[in-house]
Formats: sequence, C-alpha cells, structure tokens
Amino acid sequence: MKAAIVLFPGSNREGDAARALRQAGAETSIVWHADHDLPTGTDLVVLPGGFSYGDYLRCGAIAGRAHIMDAVRSHAARGGLVLGICNGFQILCESGLLPGVLMRNRDLRFVCKRQHLRVERNDTAFTRAYALHQAIDVAIAHGEGNYEAHDETIARLEGEGRVAFRYCDASGKVGGAANPNGSTNDIAGIYSEKFNVLGMMPHPENLIDPLVGGIDGRGLFESLLRAA
Amino acid sequence: MKARVTVTLKTGVLDPQGKAIEGALHSLGVEGIASVRQGKVFDIEIDAADPEAARAALAAASEKLLANTVVENYRLELL
Repeated sequence: MKAAIVLFPGSNREGDAARALRQAGAETSIVWHADHDLPTGTDLVVLPGGFSYGDYLRCGAIAGRAHIMDAVRSHAARGGLVLGICNGFQILCESGLLPGVLMRNRDLRFVCKRQHLRVERNDTAFTRAYALHQAIDVAIAHGEGNYEAHDETIARLEGEGRVAFRYCDASGKVGGAANPNGSTNDIAGIYSEKFNVLGMMPHPENLIDPLVGGIDGRGLFESLLRAA
Repeated sequence: MKARVTVTLKTGVLDPQGKAIEGALHSLGVEGIASVRQGKVFDIEIDAADPEAARAALAAASEKLLANTVVENYRLELL
C-alpha cells in the first residue's frame, strides 16, 4: 500500500502517522500542500493532526482550500482511501469531503488524554482488524472536537451507519462522562457515503508501541493494509 | 472601496465562547447583559468597478472561505 501524507504549514503529527503506517507495512511519502498532484499509485491519503495555518479563521478552513485538496477530492471520488486525524478531520469537514463541523469543546478546554472509543462497525477498510463494539484505548488532543451538524445530517449519518467511533469508557459504555468535548451523539469519527473517507478526532497513530502504553491504535493501520 | 463582512453563528448553534464571555460580564457586575454571542468582523479593501461587483466578490469570499455556512451566517456592508 502506498500512503501519501499531506503536510500543511502547522501540521505536526505527520511523522507519527508515517511511523504507524510503516509499522503496518505501508510505503509512505510526504506531500506538500501546495503541490497539485498526489504521487502516482497512491492508495491512501492521510491528513495528519496539528494546527494547520495556526487554526486561523476556523480550524482546517484554510488547509481545506489548499491546492492539493483538489487532488484529494478526485482521489476520494475515484473511491481512494482518505484518513483525516484530528486537524485532518477538521480539514475534511471544511473541504466538504465530510459533512458537519468541529466546534469548540463544550467546556472550552483543550483536552489531551487517553480516551476509549467504541468501534461502531468492523466491516470497513479502516476497522476490519477490530472486533465489533470493541472499546479501543487511544489518545485525544484537541480544543475543537465537538462534532455538530444539522439534525437531518446527523439522522442521515446514523441511518446509514456512518458513525465510525463513539467516545466510551473502558468498559465500552458510550457517552456521559466519557464524552470529552460535547460532540453530538458522542461521535468521535465518521465515514463518507462510500465508506472510503474516515475523519476522526482521536489519535490511533499515537498508540502503536508498548513503550508509550498501548497498541490499540495498530488495528486501524493493519485494517488499511488488509484493504490494500 | 471599503467593505465589512460580519460573520455570526446561526441561531441555535451552541456558542461556548459567547457563554463564557457572558459569564465573565456577569461576574464583573455589568448590568443588564441577557446573552452574548461571539462572531467575527473582516474589514476589507476591495477594487471593484461598482458596488454590485464588489458585493458579488464579497459574497464569493464569504461563501468560499470567510463563513462556514453549516453553522455561520454572514452580512455584507459597503462602507
């Protein structure tokens, strides 16, 4: 699998994403945001976490309109895989590749901690290495992760089974105190209509090594490699 | 030509920043504050043949970038 990781000014998790992908067996390259084309044969585009353009205007707003995003849109339209993590999820929403918007966290705090997620389905290219409703232990680090959308959009996402992950506790119980940012229906990540684009606030790429306390993030990258 | 674009959150969209400011105003003892919603103002200098062209350009700027119309409204003014 060939993965292209897009680097915007202010991205800072591109190295983590590359490490997680290489560990799973992918070939990775870094693509600059001002480029117009993805490398030939790209299977997966990753929009990494960080603070593109310093979060100016709105998180992901300026990056969402970068030149390379036209190529990312075409790649997605062809059915190519796209993964947006944290700021990458915000960019996907701002670019129109995913619906909705990530608003300021409910209690206005930047939240940086370990977080459990419930895997809502395990029949997609991103999650087939997990068990259905498995509670995975990953990390979050964001100030704007409060997912909001029109009621009809939420109803559509739920109806089509497009919620990828929900915030839960260690036992897999969704919501309540386990929701770190107030997001609608405890949504931590969503899929596009064709399930080839995933945007998620949490960082699976940071939990791939026992040295940092857990490896539950590996499943996502191993799923992608199985998809290739 | 000088112009101003004002971007505000749509009614019903939760505005935690506005709420925090509202709370701070209450704690400062400022009287009569019923509610606060935070928005953004863009002061723009624009070269355009006439006000109509300027408005069209500003509307394009707002739709394409300045406002996220999922949750925000915008208002255009030529000054």
